[in-house]
Amino acid sequence: MPIRSGFQKQYKKSDSIYYMADEIKTATATFKVTIDNITIDVAPGTSILQAARIIGGDVTPPAMCYYSKLQGSGGKCRTCLVEVAAGSTADPRPMPKLVASCRTNVMDGMIVKNITSEKVTDARNGVVEFLLINHPLDCPICDQAGECHLQDLGYEHGKAGTRYEFARRTFAKEDIGPYIQLHMTRCILCYRCTFVADQITDSRVHGIVDRGDHAAISTYISKAIDNDFSGNMIDVCPVGALTDKTFRFKNRVWFTKPVDAHRNCSNPKCCGKATLWLRGNEVFRVTARKDEWGEVQSYDGKTGWICNTCRFDSKKTSDWTIEGLTQISRHSVLGANKYKTLEMPKETLPAVLKGRSPKLMMNIHNVSEVNNPNIELSAINGPSHSEDFERSAEHVKGAGESTQWGMKK
Amino acid sequence: MARKLLLEKAHVEGIRGFDVYRREGGYRSVEKALKSMSPDQVTDEVKKSGLRGRGGAGFPTGMKWSFLAKPEGVARYLVCNADESEPGTFKDRYLMEFIPHLLIEGMVVSSFALGSHVSYIYIRGEYAWIVDILEQAIAEAKQNGFLGKNILGSGFDCEIYVQRGAGAYICGEETALLESLEGKRGNPRIKPPFPAVKGVWDCPTVVNNVETLAAVVPIINDGGEEFAKIGVGKSTGTKLISACGNINKPGVYEIDMTISVEEFIYSDEYCGGIPNGKRLKACIPGGSSVPILPANLLLSTAKGEKRLMNYESLSDGGFATGSMMGSGGFIVLDETQCVVKHTYTLARFYRHESCGQCSPCREGTGWMEKILLSIEKGQGKISDIDLLWDIQRKIEGNTICPLGDAAAWPVAAAIRHFRDEFEWHVNHPEECLRSNYGLAHYADPIRVPETV
Repeated sequence: MPIRSGFQKQYKKSDSIYYMADEIKTATATFKVTIDNITIDVAPGTSILQAARIIGGDVTPPAMCYYSKLQGSGGKCRTCLVEVAAGSTADPRPMPKLVASCRTNVMDGMIVKNITSEKVTDARNGVVEFLLINHPLDCPICDQAGECHLQDLGYEHGKAGTRYEFARRTFAKEDIGPYIQLHMTRCILCYRCTFVADQITDSRVHGIVDRGDHAAISTYISKAIDNDFSGNMIDVCPVGALTDKTFRFKNRVWFTKPVDAHRNCSNPKCCGKATLWLRGNEVFRVTARKDEWGEVQSYDGKTGWICNTCRFDSKKTSDWTIEGLTQISRHSVLGANKYKTLEMPKETLPAVLKGRSPKLMMNIHNVSEVNNPNIELSAINGPSHSEDFERSAEHVKGAGESTQWGMKK
Repeated sequence: MARKLLLEKAHVEGIRGFDVYRREGGYRSVEKALKSMSPDQVTDEVKKSGLRGRGGAGFPTGMKWSFLAKPEGVARYLVCNADESEPGTFKDRYLMEFIPHLLIEGMVVSSFALGSHVSYIYIRGEYAWIVDILEQAIAEAKQNGFLGKNILGSGFDCEIYVQRGAGAYICGEETALLESLEGKRGNPRIKPPFPAVKGVWDCPTVVNNVETLAAVVPIINDGGEEFAKIGVGKSTGTKLISACGNINKPGVYEIDMTISVEEFIYSDEYCGGIPNGKRLKACIPGGSSVPILPANLLLSTAKGEKRLMNYESLSDGGFATGSMMGSGGFIVLDETQCVVKHTYTLARFYRHESCGQCSPCREGTGWMEKILLSIEKGQGKISDIDLLWDIQRKIEGNTICPLGDAAAWPVAAAIRHFRDEFEWHVNHPEECLRSNYGLAHYADPIRVPETV
């Protein structure tokens, strides 16, 4: 099943102001930059990736390690490599190598090729292959499935088969505390969580130990990561390496219903705005709100990190003021089966029949209740929850006594 | 006998100590530079000399120095890269061990030229005993007024500190070295900004190899133009070559860059030929990262000219038929050596030394090692060779630092020139465990296409 996770293409172009506010404080002049033949004016100091995000759509390179809200992030995963066909108006020479678009700033008159460059596509496919050779591909039991950036990346750039014929890398399991589950085998070493620990929490107690392909996230001497804001490590993790222990194996994300909610949090660093992942009236999980790039949203130039109390200890709907449904991209698996279709599909039968009336051979509804036109399956309100299952169990039980699938027992 | 600039006095008894070094004409360049020259004049001399970085990349040193940003009120630093970890390279060890004062002298002059009041020697942890030698030399230089406050009454202050690495090849990459020097994990930085703008402690920094800094001494003593007269073309001065492998006389040799590769391997003055009457099969002319060359392409270029031991000639023909001068680690393989096994050994090294920061290098080096091991053990497939080629192609140029390239090039060159041997390994899975592909046609003369 192709799983596409969410939050893509749901905002308009103008929403790009959200993340621009973080990085670009003053705009004195503008630089003209052309990405895949689309020209745009941006402020000096904008990275190629940010410029591409302003354009939006397919020209935006994927980014696994870069996080616009974390200083110093990026440059590591190499998925955002682009070709610079002309450095600037002043120096129109092309750059000799592909460059990491997240860490290369635009120059006036720069011409960038992303999806229009074969070199880039080839290199990116290579990087995706490298990222996947040691990845366990345990998506069926991974809590990140459905909102995993590596899944998206693999879906878009990966091959169906693998050329890697060796045992995949494994690590000794490490317990990093009561809130966060670490699966080192899934880690792509983006370093985002270390930046969160450095920049958001009071102190960093974990880091990267060892080097090369045995480099690992660790607290070194098994120590619990316990800090008011440590939960944000889960939100920034692009894969399922860091997941919420309080949500572990509780539900698939696409069965839960995300709603925007807020609460008055006493922690001054916490923004109090979150997404609740509900099933019925149960709060299964709390996360920060994310933007179209899968990053935590900003409010008034401040990034909306949430504290651990909001995330892990406020699991009752009464703790929150619910604002409404979270906007989900229609391309995302998270939206599956949640909302009624708004438009009636066009009736094509009359056009095909051209006024003829077909002879009915057999009315299928006489033998099966499944296709009964009086029951509209899509009209079931909201996601199914425990009550639905109880009700349907009763229904099946009752049906079993008399008829099943229209047949007398 | 070629003229020696660096190792001329290396065998004088007691040259490791200050007194003998000074008696033999040491620290003249410090006197000359600090008393009669301005920092810019020193830089100009280095520019005139055409000295190229001896660490591997061969970037002109004078140019590197002139790129150093000089904002007001910001300290500048000189860092000596003594993290010599390239397999096959041991020239800096020799230099630091036998004439440590030459490096100190070169560093004082270079620090003066660059305006660095605190300079560092970042030395690899495995050279533990050399740290003591260098610190002894620094203490002696200080006692005699060539280091410390107000050197020779010129008003120039300079301190040199020795910092030991902890055994990581990656810390020889200049930005990883700076990270490590600052006490952080030795991950290469993303460039730009380059160290010349933002280096150690976020200040402008120049990172130079040991041999480069030592070569500044004869440049100041004799003048840049005199230095440029030695050698040929853009390969000026002398170069230390650390020769090893299947040769009669392994060791460190100082050559002027006009001799041919053939002369270097076979003459008694240098390597003294290959032992036991064996024939030359292949050679890595510049340390493990540079492409390996078969005997025929090593001794002559694709155009049929004799290959010389210098930057231009060794890289003649690009990577298709040439190699690189690199750091001067000259590794010779005779006909009993197996190129597949050799390539596997190098791949294992790079897998072990990859920092793991960027994905192509972290994952690709391990993958290449595993495939090479299976071919070496006779369990490979023909398609594995093409797969290896594809992997190295996707690593090269796509990584943060040159370690990715360094891991990809040896594999690429081995497949490019020794594909027959790889195929033989695949097609003779049992025989390859017992015997060797041998010399085959790798020493046959190259057919030079006739020009009409």
